[in-house]
Amino acid sequence: MPPKIGTDLGLTPSQTVGPYFAMRLPWPEGPYVVPEGTPGAITITGRVYDGAGNALPDAMIETWQADPDGRFAHPDDPRGPSPAAAAFRGFGRCATAADGSYTILTLKPGPLPTPEGDIEAPHLDVSVFARGLLDRVVTRLYFPDELAANAADPVLCSVERTRRSTLIAVAEPEGHLRFDVWLQGSRETVFFDV
Amino acid sequence: MRADVTTGLAAPPETELLLPAYDRPADGVHPPLDFTGYRSTALRHPKKPLVLLPHRLTEITGPLLGSDLITATDADLTTQHAGEPIGQRIILTGRVLDSDGRPVPDTLLEIWQTNAAGRYRHSREHHPAPLDPNFDGIGRCITDSAGRYRFITIAPGAYPWGNHPNAWRPAHIHFSLFGRAFTQRIVTQMYFPGDPLLPLDPIYNSVPDDAARERMVARFDIELTQPEWALGYNWDIVLRGRSATFFEEPHDAT
Repeated sequence: MPPKIGTDLGLTPSQTVGPYFAMRLPWPEGPYVVPEGTPGAITITGRVYDGAGNALPDAMIETWQADPDGRFAHPDDPRGPSPAAAAFRGFGRCATAADGSYTILTLKPGPLPTPEGDIEAPHLDVSVFARGLLDRVVTRLYFPDELAANAADPVLCSVERTRRSTLIAVAEPEGHLRFDVWLQGSRETVFFDV
Repeated sequence: MRADVTTGLAAPPETELLLPAYDRPADGVHPPLDFTGYRSTALRHPKKPLVLLPHRLTEITGPLLGSDLITATDADLTTQHAGEPIGQRIILTGRVLDSDGRPVPDTLLEIWQTNAAGRYRHSREHHPAPLDPNFDGIGRCITDSAGRYRFITIAPGAYPWGNHPNAWRPAHIHFSLFGRAFTQRIVTQMYFPGDPLLPLDPIYNSVPDDAARERMVARFDIELTQPEWALGYNWDIVLRGRSATFFEEPHDAT
C-alpha cells in the first residue's frame, strides 16, 4: 500500500559515486547543453582539485541553469518556459578526464527574479561528485562580465567578500570561461548547503 | 548580449513569485563529507563551513530527463547481450517517494553494479575476478505515474578495495536519481539484507543515524519472488519533500 500523503518518511541517505560511476553516468551528449554550432554558445572548462593540489581524474560535474531569458521549462516555474527556448535542456554533465578537466557547452542564462523581489545574477548551479565525496558538493558559477548584477546578487552578497571570487568564472583569451573547483585548501571554493 | 539585468524578467513586479521550498535533511541522515574511516575523503572534503543557499528558481526546478534516453533493455540487465549473464537472477522494484509520501513520477534512475563475481566492467578495475561477456552492469529506468521502478538484474558480488587491510565492499547497487528539483538530486547505494560485510564497511557506516543507514538495505520479498525464475527485492527511495506551507500544483496529483 502506498503510504498516506502527509506521513513523514525518512530520507534515503547519500553515498559516494565511487570510481565506477564512469560505467553509467557519463553519456555522449552530456557535456552539450546545446549542440555544437549553436549561435551564442559558450564553453565552460576547468579542473577539479583536491587539498594537495592534485587534479581529480574521477570526478563528475553537473550543471543546471535557466535559459537565456531566465526561465525554466519546469512546472514549478510559474512564469512558464520561454517560447524561444522551449527545447533548452538546461542540464550538463561531464566526467573529468585524466588531467582533471571537464568541459560544458551551453548558453548564458538570463537573470532571475526572486520571491523577495531581488534579482539573481546569471548563474549555473554546479554539483560535484567524486570518489571520496560521500555526498555531492554544490557550488555556483557566476559570469565575469556581470559586475553590476553580481554586486547585487543576494547569494553572492551572503558569501564572505574575500571568497566570492571562487564563484566567478574567469574569461580566457580564447573566449572560454574557466571555472576551477578546489575541494579543499587555501583556494577552497565556496560550497552551499542546499 | 544579456548584460541588461532587466532582460527576460517576465513576471511584472506586482505579480508575486510563489515558489515551493524543500525541507532540509535532518542531522545524521547524510554522511559527513569528512569521514576518517573512508580514506579518500581526507583530501577531498571542504573544510570551510557551507553557506546556506535559499531555495529559489534554480533550486526548485531541475532536469526532467525523459523517456527519449531509455531503450527497451535498459531496465533488464540480463538481456543486454546474446547470452544470459552468470549469477542469481533478481527482480528489484520499489517506489520513489518524497518524504511526505508523494510518489515522484517520470524521474530517471541510473544504476551500475558489479557482476556476480564482484567485478566491474571498468578499465581501472583490477580485482582478479572474471568479467562476464553477457553482463555490463548498467541500467536505466523512468518511474511510472505511481513513482514505481523495476529492474531485472543479477545479484552483485562483494569485492576487495584498498581502503584498509582486507577491506571488502558489501554487495551493492549504485543508484543515481534526479527527482523533480535540483534539491532532490541524490546518488546512493542499495545493499542486501543479512550481508555480513555491512558492519565492517566504512561507506555504509558513514551514515550516522541507525535508522537512516538501514533504509539503504533492500527487503527480500517472497511475494515478488517468481517461482523457478528469480528472487524479489523491494527498495523504496525517499527524496526530500516540500515544506508544508506551499500550495500544491496540479502536477502533483496522481
